[in-house]
Amino acid sequence: MVEDVKFRASYNFAFIDESTKKEVRRKILKAVCIPGYQVPYSSPEMPISRGWGTGGLHLTLSLIGPRDVFKIIDQGSDASVNACSLRQFVKRMTGCEVTFDTAAATLIQSRHRVPEEILTDKQILVLQVPQPEVLRGVERYEFKTRQMHAEADYAKIWVSLYEAYVRFGTMMRGSGYPIRVNGRYIATPSPIPRWDVPNLSMAHCLYLFGAGREKRIHCIPPYTKVEPLEFEDVLFHVEAFPGIRCAASGEDNAFLDEIYDDEGTRKFVINDSNFLDKVRSGPRPSQRLFTNPD
Amino acid sequence: MQGTNGNGHHDGNGWLLRVRGLTKIYGEPDTTTLESTGPAFNSNICPRSHAIVALNDISFDLYPGEVLGVVGESGSGKSTLVQMLYFDQDPTSGAAHFRAVDEGQTNLFALSNQRKRHARNHLLGMVYQNPRDGLNFGFTAGGNIAEKLLMAGTFHVGRIRERSSALLTRTEVPVGRMDETPAAFSGGMQQRVQISKAIANSPPLVFMDEVTSGLDVSVQAKVLDLIRQLQRELGVSMIVVSHDLSVIRMLTDRTLVLKHGHVVEHGLTDQILQDPQHPYTQLLVSSLL
Repeated sequence: MVEDVKFRASYNFAFIDESTKKEVRRKILKAVCIPGYQVPYSSPEMPISRGWGTGGLHLTLSLIGPRDVFKIIDQGSDASVNACSLRQFVKRMTGCEVTFDTAAATLIQSRHRVPEEILTDKQILVLQVPQPEVLRGVERYEFKTRQMHAEADYAKIWVSLYEAYVRFGTMMRGSGYPIRVNGRYIATPSPIPRWDVPNLSMAHCLYLFGAGREKRIHCIPPYTKVEPLEFEDVLFHVEAFPGIRCAASGEDNAFLDEIYDDEGTRKFVINDSNFLDKVRSGPRPSQRLFTNPD
Repeated sequence: MQGTNGNGHHDGNGWLLRVRGLTKIYGEPDTTTLESTGPAFNSNICPRSHAIVALNDISFDLYPGEVLGVVGESGSGKSTLVQMLYFDQDPTSGAAHFRAVDEGQTNLFALSNQRKRHARNHLLGMVYQNPRDGLNFGFTAGGNIAEKLLMAGTFHVGRIRERSSALLTRTEVPVGRMDETPAAFSGGMQQRVQISKAIANSPPLVFMDEVTSGLDVSVQAKVLDLIRQLQRELGVSMIVVSHDLSVIRMLTDRTLVLKHGHVVEHGLTDQILQDPQHPYTQLLVSSLL
């Protein structure tokens, strides 16, 4: 710890200099004002490569204060290498308390998952986004995607859903299911599973999305309506795990990971590691569960 | 040119599309550009500024249910004409009024981008010479038609597929191949898919830009036959661009002959083919077998 303090003394609090933090905060405010709109920002240099969570770190480090309690998740796990390295970095640069406990954290940075446990209006969830442009898959030119957003010209993204339905019999998209935010902009929720998408709507907490490599921030403010795109006759579904329970806790109704042990036996385990710890050791935390339409 | 009143078979008020003074210049013209280009100079490139005058002061009226031919050699401006009317390109000057937009009161080129897109999706159809311009080869044939239907607000997969199958059946594309990408189709079939897409929302006006130019002769005949049948069935107005007088003869009621961006002759197609007045038209007609 003494070393950390010495180390920190040669850097500004939270690594990024204050004027850059100000710039990022201004862009966050703009993103909050226009839910779902991608706001370009400076994406300053970080001591990690772009594409490794720099967008999330910019948001985290611009917002974090000395009294914040910080949690970081990578694909549902607090203990993966990426989460550990970034947690250590944020801790060294701020001296903030860090935690695994979703409920105890005030600022949570996550990659590819929204925690199962309901977040409160005292919490901010920062998501790391590899590709913020939801239209990139159907339109390669940036000037065109901007124009499409400006004119709410979203037929192509609908065609991609139609095509997925025709090819696979379901609108399956493993992750990053397109959402309409506040009835206007279509955005990507970052590569979270469909399971997490309904939790974005009318949430108590602030959701921030940072794409460092692509230099974009977008946002879902608290209590904002978020609708996954669906056809009148082909509706949005979350992943279903019929009759399957978590091998570690015996619980169901959570997003499960499919894993194979050394004998090649297939097992399912709850993906959110903090949620798994909690259901194993005490009362089940409160969740928002989505019921699939028939 | 004074619209079609001179031809005597329209009263001049019932028009569907009225185009006035349409001009398109590429590059930077100077004050002499417009007077130093055209058929009289045998060039559409300004000798001083090197600006290209693709179209110079084109005016015409199109009537409901009518098929207008635009004929001319490569570079005469005929494709530019329909591309501007389909909002693929902006004109340098000129106006176009379309009965289906604000009862013809508004100049189409002055519309906002959103309204242009709305007009394009709901009220206009386009079939390009190259299927890759009109179709997205990353989507299936059905998906391409779905795009047009989705643009017009049909968000029901069942209804989209029903309508797409009906359109493909009508244009004689095997419905069983609806879920394949057009890249796997023959040239004639790609054009049929484009035609399906163009008429998906039953627009009152469809543009055809050299639709059959890339096809072999027997397929050409079938596609032209299909276009003619569809036109009669749906009563849709069309502007058909072609360098091929036999296409013009088969499909169109009236014809504009373009050369170096100018209309050198216009009138009933039969008249033009039987009794061409302008030397250039005479040359075209005499070169027809």
